[in-house]
Amino acid sequence: MTKAISVSGLHKSFGRTHALDGLDLEVETGEVHGFLGPNGAGKSTTIRVLLGLLRADAGAAQVLGRDPWADAVEAHRRIAYVPGDVTLWRNLSGGEVIDLYGRLRGGLDSRRRAELVERFELDPTRKGRTYSKGNRQKVALVAAFASDVDLLILDEPTSGLDPLMEEVFRRCVEEERERGRTVLLSSHILSEVEELCDRVSIIRKGRTVETGSLADLRHLTRTSVTAELAGPPNGLAGLPGVHHLDVRGHRVRLQVDTGRLDGVLRALGETGVRSLTSTPPTLEELFLRHYQADAAGTGAEATAR
Amino acid sequence: MTTTGTTTGSSATAATGSATAGTGTLLRFALRRDRVLVPVWVAVNALMVLSMPGTLRGLYGTAAERAGLMRQMETNSSLRALVGPVFGDSLGALTAWRVGVYAGALAAVTSLLIVVRHTRDEEESGRQEVVASGMVGRRAPLTAALLAAAVANAALALLVAAGLAGQGVAGALALGLGIAGVGMLFATTAAIVAQLTESARLARGLTAAVLGGAFVLRAAGDSAAGGDTSRAVGSGGGSSVLTWVSPLGWLENLRAFAGERWWVLLLLAGATAAQAAVAYALAGRRDLGMSFLPTRPGPAAGRLRTAGALAWRLQRGSVLGWSTGFLLAGLVYGGMTEGAAGLVGDNERAREIIERMGGQAGLTDAFVSAMIGMLGLVAALYVVASVLRMGGEETSGRAEPVLAGAVGRLRWAAGHLVIAFGGAALIMLLAGLGFAAGYGHDLGPILGACLVHLPAVWVVGGAAVLLHGLLPRAAVAAWGLAGAVLLLGWVGPALDVPRAVLDLSPYGHLPKLPGGGMSWPPVLTLLLVAGALVGLGLAGLRRRDLAA
Repeated sequence: MTKAISVSGLHKSFGRTHALDGLDLEVETGEVHGFLGPNGAGKSTTIRVLLGLLRADAGAAQVLGRDPWADAVEAHRRIAYVPGDVTLWRNLSGGEVIDLYGRLRGGLDSRRRAELVERFELDPTRKGRTYSKGNRQKVALVAAFASDVDLLILDEPTSGLDPLMEEVFRRCVEEERERGRTVLLSSHILSEVEELCDRVSIIRKGRTVETGSLADLRHLTRTSVTAELAGPPNGLAGLPGVHHLDVRGHRVRLQVDTGRLDGVLRALGETGVRSLTSTPPTLEELFLRHYQADAAGTGAEATAR
Repeated sequence: MTTTGTTTGSSATAATGSATAGTGTLLRFALRRDRVLVPVWVAVNALMVLSMPGTLRGLYGTAAERAGLMRQMETNSSLRALVGPVFGDSLGALTAWRVGVYAGALAAVTSLLIVVRHTRDEEESGRQEVVASGMVGRRAPLTAALLAAAVANAALALLVAAGLAGQGVAGALALGLGIAGVGMLFATTAAIVAQLTESARLARGLTAAVLGGAFVLRAAGDSAAGGDTSRAVGSGGGSSVLTWVSPLGWLENLRAFAGERWWVLLLLAGATAAQAAVAYALAGRRDLGMSFLPTRPGPAAGRLRTAGALAWRLQRGSVLGWSTGFLLAGLVYGGMTEGAAGLVGDNERAREIIERMGGQAGLTDAFVSAMIGMLGLVAALYVVASVLRMGGEETSGRAEPVLAGAVGRLRWAAGHLVIAFGGAALIMLLAGLGFAAGYGHDLGPILGACLVHLPAVWVVGGAAVLLHGLLPRAAVAAWGLAGAVLLLGWVGPALDVPRAVLDLSPYGHLPKLPGGGMSWPPVLTLLLVAGALVGLGLAGLRRRDLAA
């Protein structure tokens, strides 16, 4: 199966700012791929390169098997894009914009358009100026989901949507997956990512720092362990992958790289375990670990050594 | 919390709760935002006025020459329509005659831009919302905008009064205050219009249309007043009612340097105060961001299929406005032309004056040529506005989803450029049709005279396309280019600007039609230049990153 998006070693500078610094991204056809990273990490820049709006300085990119810069128009026939901040023409109605966007892509399924307008509770007769942020977002979402395309590129698409609409959005993305379409979803809403995405890529400072399924990523992070032991623990500090060890008498608290959990449990078992709680990493912890600046990251590694 | 209260000072604390609280802060902020553009506008305007006495001394050195000029102006209605009546033969009076109305119109443009920028523009963009949530009274934004315009106009009045004081202190003061008064009058006009519309673009357009109307009314009034040639030279008699309807006519009737009528300043002040009162009353009765001309619902389904259709949809209103304006201006100017030859015959001196305004050959032809030349210059503003509309689509982010569709950049740009370049042809054609209809004959030569301006208009448009293609953020500089071309065309010949400088403007190379012979080489060269500029601009657009 060909990849829907395949990017390697992408570089892009704006003057002296290096927005992208060797970014890699692989999105399989038919998957919902989460695209995550702190503000200013280069998510929107990547997306705009993928849309041929920006020209990469170096690196290779293919979208639906085409060069996004040289072959933009053909590629765009099969792509629907929703920006994070939708700006509309003040004197065009929402309905007019939906139809225009649809026609500028591969065309619009009018049955699905009507259904989506209903589900998103959008009044398509209002003019651009009178829409709230959430409603402007809905205009772009309806146009994207009703378009006849293979790939949806959604850049923080739910900003400004209320929780009910957010739920509608999630169901729409599920439906897209069922129909075999590919979705690249840039988002900060962790529950959204957890619920929708098959795989995620996390970027920071213009580089990809992690990519894989959420299960894979969890595996790479730490599990918190609290135990009450029969006797004083020994040898825990020397075990690989143990961090933030805190021993008070017979009580032990520590964090361990999930891959090394085995060794810790064995060591605890040797002493004798009276009670044990083990908490798998929450998604928040996972992201915080990746989002935090390098200083914090290297600091943690330094204390671990 | 208390620290912020004390740091803003006692005056701010005292003003809290009043409707104008925060005006001082907003005014300082407005002046800071305008620190480059407005001083440039004011300086250009002042320079235009202040350079006039020296130029006039060169042209009409002796009192006898000036008296001769006056006599001609008294008897020729078309000339008077073009530049207004002369009320005295001193250098000061001739300066006021020659540039007073233009300076007033320029001050009005500056003022309307300032006021709309700090009122409706702020509301439309949503920035006002955050400002209004601070310690800012309901009337503060409008007050600050009007004060910012007042600062600009006061500076202009000061420069003019001080610079012309050598020609007579009273006259200099009258002219300075008159020009500033017209500026403030249109500042308050803009303040009213900004309450009525939801879009800053429309507010600017409508106020500019009022100004254009005032300009045409002044011209029509002056030409009508000329029908009676029995009036004593110098005393000037009364102006037509039409002149008195136009604020630019008031400026003329202030008669700076020719027995100033100071009460005309009271007229300006009174009208300004009345308009300000209306603006405040309207502002006090509406919600933030809303207007008295509310947005109506639109269709639930759209028929726009292509980027070109979208471009037309966005620009059709402005094309319609410009078309109407040019057709009407053509009609009015055409109607005035009849008098050009009839009253003075082929007078050497009068012809020279008109030749200096860009005309040539027989007096009627010269008049027609000068009038059409003026419209041709103004068409440069249309083409720049239209090309920059494309730039605005890009920088506002609205072009992004369109270009993320199956639309190539060239196709997208082509939609706008057809409107910009074709629209320029359309408005010049309509101006010609209107002119010929008003004049009653000579349709062919008049249309030719209108269309021969197109290559020059297109060169200006091409320069705008090039700027947008290479440096999208600097594309607004195209306005500066259009302004320079306009200035060179309007006052350049009268100022005796060296030929080499005049030749920098594409308009400087056009054959003078009607009357002069058609010469193809410069026209074809200009067409090639325009084509090359557009081509380079589009090549740049294809290559560069999209601005956002």
